[in-house]
Amino acid sequence: MEEQANSHDRSEAPRPRNRRMWHGVPLERVIGFFLFLCAAVSVLTTIGIVAVLVWEAAQFFGEISFFDFITGTKWTPLFASKHFGVLALVAGTVQTAIGAMIVALPLGLLSAIFMSEYAPNRIRGLVKPVLEVLAGIPTIVYGFFALLFITPLLRDVSGGISVFNGLSASIVMGIMILPMVSSLSEDAMRAVPRSLREGAYALGATKLEVSTQVVIPAALSGIVASFILAMSRAIGETMIVTIAAGQNPNFTLNPLVPIETMTAFIVQVSQGDSPTGTLEFKTIFAVALTLFVFTLFMNLLSQYIVARFREAYE
Amino acid sequence: MLQADPILQTKDLSVYYGANRVVTEVSLDVLRNRITAIIGPSGTGKSTLLRCFNRMNDLIPTFHLSGEVLFEGNNLYEPTVDATDIRYQIGMVFQRPNPFPKSIFDNVAFGPRINGYNGNLADLVEWSLQRAAIWDEVKDRLKSSALSLSGGQQQRLCIARTLAVEPTVILMDEPCSSLDPIATLAIEELMRELSEEYSIVIVTHNMQQAARVSNYTAFLMAEGDRVGQLVEFGESRQIFTNPQDERTEAYITGRFG
Ligand SMILES: Nc1ncnc2c1ncn2[C@@H]1O[C@H](COP(=O)(O)OP(=O)(O)OP(=O)(O)O)[C@@H](O)[C@H]1O
Ligand SMILES: [Mg+2]
Repeated sequence: MEEQANSHDRSEAPRPRNRRMWHGVPLERVIGFFLFLCAAVSVLTTIGIVAVLVWEAAQFFGEISFFDFITGTKWTPLFASKHFGVLALVAGTVQTAIGAMIVALPLGLLSAIFMSEYAPNRIRGLVKPVLEVLAGIPTIVYGFFALLFITPLLRDVSGGISVFNGLSASIVMGIMILPMVSSLSEDAMRAVPRSLREGAYALGATKLEVSTQVVIPAALSGIVASFILAMSRAIGETMIVTIAAGQNPNFTLNPLVPIETMTAFIVQVSQGDSPTGTLEFKTIFAVALTLFVFTLFMNLLSQYIVARFREAYE
Repeated sequence: MLQADPILQTKDLSVYYGANRVVTEVSLDVLRNRITAIIGPSGTGKSTLLRCFNRMNDLIPTFHLSGEVLFEGNNLYEPTVDATDIRYQIGMVFQRPNPFPKSIFDNVAFGPRINGYNGNLADLVEWSLQRAAIWDEVKDRLKSSALSLSGGQQQRLCIARTLAVEPTVILMDEPCSSLDPIATLAIEELMRELSEEYSIVIVTHNMQQAARVSNYTAFLMAEGDRVGQLVEFGESRQIFTNPQDERTEAYITGRFG
């Protein structure tokens, strides 16, 4: 087919084309330039944000030792005796993000397998929109759901759990990012060609074997990318952890006690009355920069993994 | 007309997708250790008929059938029959090579592994690759991705993958249609060798191929709402030199279809 089309093209004499012009410039060039401008807006915004972060954080590190900042485990910038050990906040963020992944990963992957391989079209048509509604719920609603519903349930189970705790926030955050994992993983799995599934079925594979040994490996790059995207989302999530996990920068991985995440700290300071230009105010930028480094790292990791598995599998 | 000992039989088989009948009242015997070709114009239910033999059509929700499909005399569509058992005994090679995105070794080992093979896997893989006439080309790169092979090599790998589960029947749906003439000849040669031990059913659009490799030929066509009816079935030599039905003659001489 293709060869035919080519030889057909070649046999015809080249004929002059009417180029559309705009004030003497080819329209294509104008459109190209316009699109470039649109892309430039988002790139410039990013550069601007990073520049401000770095600028303000640099001032912060003019007063506070960078080494103390990244190795300290005590975080009390708003107290009289100030400590700036960001690890206390990092522990809170890592704990809640990992907790959320423990909820979202298995549930998300299993529901992706169900929807992609097992569910009849009719059921998928029902379940998918419902899952996607979860993604549309405002995070403040999730936050209060955690504080007012999940936490009391947890405290019924064990009285040792504090009113503010990482566990409740993790569970609800896991539910929040679950649709992201399931829907992106499902897309990746459905993109696996039918012919691969048929090849496996033709060898006597069961549906479970086809799902776990053919479809998931073939869709792995997309699945892993969905995990990492969800993880970045959990790291950056603010409302749920601010409301449900507390504002006590404990350097701990214990999910039952109050903690504070990087995002929750930023909220705390921005709501408080620290005047612009003070050291307390500048801590926001130092923490935000740390957070940015985390999510940047996750994004790079996801790109690396997608590229790596693509090489191996396509 | 045909000697007995059919391994696969259809009796009054009609196949439907929803309300659409695409195979109409086909009764056909596939003989043991012979190559049976199914020919006919596009859309006349050849693939559908072929996929009834290993219950591959089960994967299509709207599929249903009437009549019988017998394997070694037993109805394949009996409710007690497990489709995965059937597919393990009746292998299938597809129109486009569809190796898994795994290593060459793992592709061949896939079937034995899921079916709980407990002999020496490496030997079985080597034997299968040799049987599929591709061992010499891949023996030094068993660990590299199957997708790094050429189309013809991939198709032979898929045949090796099928042989590795030691089926008794091999179904092939236009196995050479995405291959060049040399790769095609290699596969045809392979089919002739395999037919000493296996029963083979091949769907093909290539009349010369059917005439070259098959012992028996079935000609399907569509007439009005009778899609996928069996017009003529017999020894290939006779079908291609002296067809009994004028519609067969018209088709094989290229006057329609
Ligand atoms: N999954 C399906 N759902 C509904 N109809 C189908 C499906 N698969 C095939 N058909 C229809 O069944 C008829 C027979 O299809 P089939 O693929 O068996 O034909 P074929 O003889 O193999 O054709 P070709 O030579 O083009 O491969 C066609 O009309 C086709 O549109
Ligand atoms: Mg077909």
